[in-house]
Amino acid sequence: MSFFPHLLLALLEGTVAAAVLALSALGLSLVFGVMRIVNVAHGEFFMLGAMLAWWIAKMVPGGPLAGFLAALMLAPALVGLLAFATERLLLRRIGYDPEATIVATIGLMFVIQQLALSVFGADAKPVAAPFTYRIAFPWFGFSGYKLFVVAASVALLLGAWWVLARTRFGLIMRVTQFDRETATAFGIPVNQVYAAVFVIGAALVAVSAVLIVPIQQAHYLMGLDPLLMSFIVVIIGGLGSIRGSVLAALIIGLADGVISMFFTPTLASIIATLAVALVLVVRPQGLFGVPAR
Amino acid sequence: MSVRIILLHAGVILALFLMQFLASDYVVLTFTRIMVLAIYALGYNILFGYTGLLSLGHAMFFATGLYGAALGVTRFGLGVPEAMLVAIGLGIIVSTVIGAVSLRASGVAFMIVTLMFSQAAFLTVLYFGDYTRGDEGIVISDEFRRFSLFGLEADLANPVLRYNLALAFLALAVAVTLAVIRSRAGHVLVAIRENESRTAMLGYDTARYKLLAFVLSGAFAAFSGASYALMFAYAGSTLASIQYSIHPLLWTLLGGAATVLGPVLGTALMFLLVDFASGFTSASLLVVGVALILLVLFFPKGILGTLRQRYLPWLP
Repeated sequence: MSFFPHLLLALLEGTVAAAVLALSALGLSLVFGVMRIVNVAHGEFFMLGAMLAWWIAKMVPGGPLAGFLAALMLAPALVGLLAFATERLLLRRIGYDPEATIVATIGLMFVIQQLALSVFGADAKPVAAPFTYRIAFPWFGFSGYKLFVVAASVALLLGAWWVLARTRFGLIMRVTQFDRETATAFGIPVNQVYAAVFVIGAALVAVSAVLIVPIQQAHYLMGLDPLLMSFIVVIIGGLGSIRGSVLAALIIGLADGVISMFFTPTLASIIATLAVALVLVVRPQGLFGVPAR
Repeated sequence: MSVRIILLHAGVILALFLMQFLASDYVVLTFTRIMVLAIYALGYNILFGYTGLLSLGHAMFFATGLYGAALGVTRFGLGVPEAMLVAIGLGIIVSTVIGAVSLRASGVAFMIVTLMFSQAAFLTVLYFGDYTRGDEGIVISDEFRRFSLFGLEADLANPVLRYNLALAFLALAVAVTLAVIRSRAGHVLVAIRENESRTAMLGYDTARYKLLAFVLSGAFAAFSGASYALMFAYAGSTLASIQYSIHPLLWTLLGGAATVLGPVLGTALMFLLVDFASGFTSASLLVVGVALILLVLFFPKGILGTLRQRYLPWLP
């Protein structure tokens, strides 16, 4: 293959990476934006989503499509349930203190990782794609499923934007984000909003895991990469800004795809991290973030 | 400094010195490891406990010392003392650069940025696998661990020498920590933890003091890493991974943040707990995870922090 087809392939792969990244970062960004806490176990929610997708797809009879649809329903629900328990039993008890939350969710990260290792084992688990249509380019074939992933991510991102910007629930979330005390004074049940946001964040990342797992196998250590990438996206985009996160995911996903294609993935990660450092030197609040009040 | 503070710390060091005559070889080896790693936790505590800056990336400074020393003796033909000094110097340089950049962020962003820098450092170690040998790690053969200093021949493979050297290093680290936190600069660090903008308003250059704390903790980490590599003849990428950034945080929290001996006690207890647990489960990380959650929920001040609050208000 000559240079141009190579580049096209890199851009396509980059778009897929960017779409999934935007979706998994959305959950982190939402939780940080509204609750002002960082969930380090976010990557483990991703891993659990992928593991559950594998397990459900194996259990459900009737071919890959039925398994995939079942996983798409059940895995986010189960991960959401775990997130609910975490919020009630852990985060609420420590009063959403930012530092204590980080330490506690680091602990949770280790616990989930080790339990996944004991329950599911250390080997990587493949999941069949729901359909195997291939789009034929003149130089190479490209998986139609990957393009479906992009379309699904875009739809979910638009849906999230619509909920935040146009619905009453979105308004309540934005009010809570803007000023927690005033929201409480106006009778908004802030605790319930927090629980809902935390569960939605976890469910979103689980959805992105179910979408990605036919492309990338499920493994108990797979959570770290999306966690770090989501951090990078959320920081570059500006903590709490969804528009910024999506844009940053696009830039980083494409850059990652191109650099990984022509160099090595390790180098791509190193460069992405250093890019974050540069952004922070120029704008400590991120590209679209507002300086702390 | 009051007499009982000096007596307490000297007593701990003396107890550790006497222990080697009573304990078995295995316990002596375990405590050598604990003392070397406690230096790492002591430095971390200066930044986290006293200055209030939670870094999630100190493994990169630990790894700087580790690889600086290991590559120094195996590839660059340095002697053991020179390699130690070079490794600590590298640790100071790296932590100055990383500190200057990451301290521009504050709060949660600071934690995430340090975490990511550390991950980049970890990936860099893997990227240069030809030199660092990645996962497998560098094994330092015994010929590189013999040296002579002031006319005395020494061999780091000797467990008695190793134990007492680690003890001397630990004593040095405790003394430096005590000196720092009881100095004027140390009080400024605590003031930054309590209220940074008020400290700045009083005319202190808080950015400079925060960088000072960052570099001090980075130097301690590199010191610990270099000692670890040379004493245990090994430098591998696992020691540069995220877990090794979390460990000093856990040890400090367990023993009690912002107490001088807390990190030492926390390191020892956690090490013994994991050692004990690995007897019947391979999931040592599970123990670490559960310990972190329980500490945050029920014991946020740690052991010595709680003791100080209830019974011993004079504890530094």
